Amino acid sequence: MKSKSKRSCGVNEVLEITLINAINQSLDQEMERDANAIVLGEDVGLNGGVFRATEGLQKKYGPARVIDTPLAESSIIGCSIGLALAGFRPVAEIQFAGFIYVAMNQLVNHLARIRNRTQGKLNMPIVIRAPCSGGIRALEHHSESMEALYAHVPGLKVVIPSTPYDAKGLLASSIRDNDPVIFLEPSKFYRAFRQEVPEKPYTVPLGEAAVRQEGEDVTLVAWGSVVKASLDAAAQSGKSVEVIDLRSIVPWDKKKVLESVEKTGRLVVVHEAPHTGGFGAEISATVSEEGIFHLKGPVLRVTGYDTAVPLAKREDYYIPNAQRISKAIIKACES
Amino acid sequence: MRKKVFEGSIEYFQVLDEDGKADKALEPKLPEKELKRMYELMVLCRVFDKKAVSLQRQGRMYTYAPLEGQEACQVGGPVALEKEDWVFPTYRDNGAYITRGAPLDLLYEYWMGFEEGAAMPEGVNVFPVSITVGNHLPMAVGMAWGFRMRKQKKATMVMFGDGATSQGDAHEAMNFASVYKAPCIFLCQNNQWAISTPSAKQMCSNTIAQRALGYGIRGIQVDGNDVLAVYKAVSEARKRAEKGEPTLVECITYRMGLHTTADDPKRYRSDKDVEAWKQKDPIERFRKYLKGKKIWNEKYERKVQEEAVKKAEDAVKKAETFRADPAKFFDFVYEKKTPALEEQKQAFLRGE
Repeated sequence: MKSKSKRSCGVNEVLEITLINAINQSLDQEMERDANAIVLGEDVGLNGGVFRATEGLQKKYGPARVIDTPLAESSIIGCSIGLALAGFRPVAEIQFAGFIYVAMNQLVNHLARIRNRTQGKLNMPIVIRAPCSGGIRALEHHSESMEALYAHVPGLKVVIPSTPYDAKGLLASSIRDNDPVIFLEPSKFYRAFRQEVPEKPYTVPLGEAAVRQEGEDVTLVAWGSVVKASLDAAAQSGKSVEVIDLRSIVPWDKKKVLESVEKTGRLVVVHEAPHTGGFGAEISATVSEEGIFHLKGPVLRVTGYDTAVPLAKREDYYIPNAQRISKAIIKACES
Repeated sequence: MRKKVFEGSIEYFQVLDEDGKADKALEPKLPEKELKRMYELMVLCRVFDKKAVSLQRQGRMYTYAPLEGQEACQVGGPVALEKEDWVFPTYRDNGAYITRGAPLDLLYEYWMGFEEGAAMPEGVNVFPVSITVGNHLPMAVGMAWGFRMRKQKKATMVMFGDGATSQGDAHEAMNFASVYKAPCIFLCQNNQWAISTPSAKQMCSNTIAQRALGYGIRGIQVDGNDVLAVYKAVSEARKRAEKGEPTLVECITYRMGLHTTADDPKRYRSDKDVEAWKQKDPIERFRKYLKGKKIWNEKYERKVQEEAVKKAEDAVKKAETFRADPAKFFDFVYEKKTPALEEQKQAFLRGE
């Protein structure tokens, strides 16, 4: 893996790497750590994945552990269940999150329920990685943000990193987890920026949000593809915004969100996914149930619309941008 | 007791060899005008395609899936259909659109990121492309089945690649077609590659065509770089379709270009393979055939090329000057917008 700069930081090497590098490094280190970890999916071997997330892994671990599968998402996930039954720890790549749907039956009816169906006798240590969300001017079905769909399925965990550091640590946690994890990676951040990331393996626990910046006026909760726009919006708004990156949708860090709302009295939730039934609704409902007396005004949501993600020419109209988010921050602060 | 309960075999045919010489026993009897139309369409497909790749490289278009090398399938298949028939294409089948009379500017518009480009004018019976692989086969079967229920003499043709045959939907669709005697033609362009995965790793069966036998339908394999072979196979399949007999036609061809303009084939295949397939170029082969029949000459070639270039350039101009309503993506979610969606559209228009 190439990195732009490398500097020594105490005993640990710290590399400045992109999110895609971080995913690659995490896969590599987890495969090295656990001989049962395998990677499978379309074009993940020789080609290193269409985004190069699995670059170099087949060369290092061989075609038996980094597997180019036939083009069939339902079997990629269905066979991952079987491989897990045989003692493996499969990390399946679905080329784009919009391609998962043919495998929904395996995912919802089976993968998510096997622990329950066997009364806890079987683990399902499976990670399903998929690039998600828009902003890369791709074709239809390449820009989906459907995390709420998976969050609604009991038995699945749902994780969405927004930084290289988190991507590496969250992926390690997901691979080591004994429950199935849907690991969604905002594709527009794959190469958008670099961050200093320790070279040695580490984990970021699932279900722990990160406070990206502290603030007093309003709490902003976001995840994945809109975290950066949320931080830009916070700066533009002129308000003191506490920005929380949820990082993991199931489980989600209710405690941190409620504590922040208690402090600020205001809440804006931002996600790229469609408005209706988005995970923002769950957060808003929870805050109304458990923190309503902290609120000085209504919870606001800035989201994608209840439409298909438009094709390339119009996708910027769909994706919440800093301007829209900033307006919501200011509006929230008016109450 | 043991006995053989099934026996089957798959036929392969080629009409034109690599030098453009026709097998007289198989050569379809097509009038000169029709042969010229097919040639002109193949040239137009290539010109359209090369232009699209070059626009993408200049930053004037987004990700595009080139069809180069598959012109014989994309022209030879659709021309064998009746006007009322429907075609269900993939993202690589712009040639099929062109053959079915799609306005070129709409095709460019689509690849420039406008939804408007996918909406075909009345009479161009091509369904919008399936970007997810193999999911459109059941739809084509359903429509064909519906035609049959309504006693209409129409058929559907669904186009897909070798990779698509791994999807459950593809298998289910062929079984449904068989069970309901759907007048459907399954046109598989086995172009050897599903992005980086070669056909040999996609499946262990010798042919894709033989899968038809498993569903009790006819399967045939043809030289997919031979426009007359594809034409003949689809014409025959079209006749059988009317009797409620679906057919799987496997065309052996090659994806000369990239999977899409976001792909780098150098990572997974050698130039040598590509070179070998260049010798089988479908347009060159058909040209030799037409030359042999004294239909083709240099002057005709210049005219065909010039006309194709002009058509493509005019279409690009039209597509690049297309101005769309930004808020239109709210308008076709439902027949009538839900109140919530109407609120969202109004908020969008107010810039909120």
